[in-house]
Amino acid sequence: MGTQSQIYAGAFADPVFAAQSVFRTLMDSFARPGTIGRLSTQSSPPSPLGNASGAVALTLCDQDTAVWLSPALAKSAVSQWIAFHTGACVTEAKDEARFAFFEKGAAVPGFDQFALGTQEYPDRSTTLVVEVEALTGGQPLVARGPGIKTEIVVAPKGLPDVFLDFWTANRAIFPRGIDLVLTAEDSVLCLPRTTKLERE
Amino acid sequence: MYVAVKGGEAAIANAHRLLADRRRGDRSLPSITIEQVVEQLGLAVDRIMAEASVYDRSLAALAVRQARGDMIEAIFILRAYRTTLPRFGYSEPIDTAGMLVERRVSATYKDLPGGQLLGPTFDYTHRLLDPSLIGDEPVAAPAMKEPGEQAMRVSDILDGEGLIEGDGQMPGGHVAGDLTREPMEFPMPRDLRLQALARGDEGFLLALAYSTQRGYGRTHPFVGEVRIGEVEVELDLPELGFAVSLGTIRVTECQMVNQFKGSAKQPPQFTRGYGLVFGQSERKAMSMSLVDRALRTDEFSEDIVAPAQDQEFVISHADNVQATGFVEHLKLPHYVDFQAELDLVRRMRRDHEAARAGQANGMKEAAE
Amino acid sequence: MNDLATYNFAYLDEQTKRMIRRAILKAIAIPGYQVPFASREMPMPYGWGTGGVQVTASILGPDDVLKVIDQGADDTTNAVSIRAFFQKVANVAVTTKTVEATIIQTRHRIPEEPLKEGQTLVYQVPIPEPLRFLEPRETETRKMHALEEYGLMHVKLYEDISRNGHIATTYAYPVKVEGRYVMDPSPTPKFDNPKMHMSEALQLFGAGREKRIYAVPPFTEVVSLDFEDHPFEIQTFEKPCALCGAENVYLDEVVLDDRGGRMFVCSDTDHCEDRRAHGHAGSMLASTQHQRKEPAE
Repeated sequence: MGTQSQIYAGAFADPVFAAQSVFRTLMDSFARPGTIGRLSTQSSPPSPLGNASGAVALTLCDQDTAVWLSPALAKSAVSQWIAFHTGACVTEAKDEARFAFFEKGAAVPGFDQFALGTQEYPDRSTTLVVEVEALTGGQPLVARGPGIKTEIVVAPKGLPDVFLDFWTANRAIFPRGIDLVLTAEDSVLCLPRTTKLERE
Repeated sequence: MYVAVKGGEAAIANAHRLLADRRRGDRSLPSITIEQVVEQLGLAVDRIMAEASVYDRSLAALAVRQARGDMIEAIFILRAYRTTLPRFGYSEPIDTAGMLVERRVSATYKDLPGGQLLGPTFDYTHRLLDPSLIGDEPVAAPAMKEPGEQAMRVSDILDGEGLIEGDGQMPGGHVAGDLTREPMEFPMPRDLRLQALARGDEGFLLALAYSTQRGYGRTHPFVGEVRIGEVEVELDLPELGFAVSLGTIRVTECQMVNQFKGSAKQPPQFTRGYGLVFGQSERKAMSMSLVDRALRTDEFSEDIVAPAQDQEFVISHADNVQATGFVEHLKLPHYVDFQAELDLVRRMRRDHEAARAGQANGMKEAAE
Repeated sequence: MNDLATYNFAYLDEQTKRMIRRAILKAIAIPGYQVPFASREMPMPYGWGTGGVQVTASILGPDDVLKVIDQGADDTTNAVSIRAFFQKVANVAVTTKTVEATIIQTRHRIPEEPLKEGQTLVYQVPIPEPLRFLEPRETETRKMHALEEYGLMHVKLYEDISRNGHIATTYAYPVKVEGRYVMDPSPTPKFDNPKMHMSEALQLFGAGREKRIYAVPPFTEVVSLDFEDHPFEIQTFEKPCALCGAENVYLDEVVLDDRGGRMFVCSDTDHCEDRRAHGHAGSMLASTQHQRKEPAE
């Protein structure tokens, strides 16, 4: 359990403009998968949630979004921090979550355990926010798809080995599927379900 | 001579200045106060509150004055204000059995506990213009029984005998939806349909209700009861552990009792149509209850044969703010699209005339 | 009552913005799919751009430069009104120049100047469902999208061909996005359809009354529906713009007199002014300038 001060502190100093700025970075990053977006505004959530992941939570989560937390996050002060600052309720059911958060190094379960949306409402799917060691320097993957002119190489570091298999399976069920926000330090790299990834 | 249309801003500003002038009218006459509107045009205020989904008499009066008496415009202004208000919470359902009734009539029983109470009704007035209202003649104080009394609901009488379906059975744990906060989806559950109808245009609902009476989706209705009066609004405060009263609002409720022959699933019984609106509006509450019943086709395995039974048709077109916006948007410039159509019609016309000329030549040749 | 009437930056409350922002991200992730959203009542009527206004209000920040066009023009009354709204509620910088804008809200046109990376085009959409006039029921059209069952649309277009010899849809011409969803491009003339294909800009679509948001990310395939024997064609104009001499642009017809006198001028007013500033002149330019002086003389 975190101390009270951890729970009540660490949100945006200027919520209206900070949320706008973080959202625009996310929007641009989803529109241009593979590019790295730097957040101009920081949050400082309790450990082990990263700053960029915290900013995503403050920007997108509220009473209307159930949030799933990895076991380590759920045990930490993060769950109260999110509840206090966003009003979102934490759920244990992965397939009910609109957002799911993972700290650096957390085990990532198969994407199909989360909400994938339906064929009629493919938008009703979970967005995974996964913190990695770094957004560069890992195994290079070639990304293609909407938002990418021809192709772009992404190399996030610290993703589980099975990631590419999970992602390929996710891509195969389009238009259903999860969407992914990778975070590290103060930056994000977004992968909408439309992005195709291959080993270089 | 061609002069590009410029100065949209000046034109708009001038138009709004003229609007303000026309709104005020003859300056030698005193302007109407909000209090006068609230007190003397109370039913107009009620309709605005009902269809704007905001219970605030002063704001509704301000809106109708600002709208020069245009009801839909006033509803629109108040709704656009409502949308920016923060949500503090959701009240407990109001209990109309505890209503302090000012009017309560039933068509199904001659007399009943609590009695028939006519209240402030236009019914049985003769619609003769009243010259005495031109001036400001004194009005006698009303003769009333003890102000506001509770009366048991007629539907509860039928319910006691088991002859009417249960009241609003929703699955356990069902949280009432709010279509001003969530996207609409069809088929729409009854709670959301009722919300849509309560906000819906009075005229549209009236016409649909009328159509069911004329055979387009008959529901065999009887007015079980119409009641008007004050009910308490309570908010549950988790910190306190009990509900606190926020005050009272005036509502009109209509319980329509409808005949039902029964189906494979249900025995023959009476069914319900429900209407509830802010303020005093029997016409709206009754129309709403007729349409509510007509829309419940899936519950009673009825075939959809008429517009009033078709929820996508009814719900998608009941909102007068949406409807007026889209109808009136036709006066916005459409010349880019029109240019495309103009070009197409000219081309088709050329083709048509060429084909006719070809035919005529062909006939001429054939004749020669 | 006065102290009650205060509004947040860009009018919408933060909870509403979050809801719309989430819908925008899902829309980008599923190009061409219409995401339902809880559209709010706006202080302008439905059908007058409430969807576009809600999208713009949710993405807009203090560093943005906003351009608003209607029919391609910055000076049409509704464009003026929406621009003034955002100046009032967000104190945002505005421009009429396409190249300077970061966000362009539009009704019925795509600017002639190709859009660049970093720009976002926000469309006002009246009827987002491309299948709506073939099938009025939402429950049915949703199924058709789910099953990728677009035969009805092809039948309709083909009926056009068999009746008229060509497809008689001139605006709101349906497109297929990234080979999956059939999408309504909003009532832009089909002349503008090719500009949507592989555009560098992000394109967002807001339908307020119908409560839908959809998107076309940059560099996304947008193909106008057609047939092998009847390929998609855009409108062509016989003469260049009478004011700036531009060719291959969309022109408005301006009625000059009651004897059938007509001239054709750019619908994109910024494009036209920019060309004239760079010394391009059309056939009517000299005479209109001359005539404009007349009343003063």
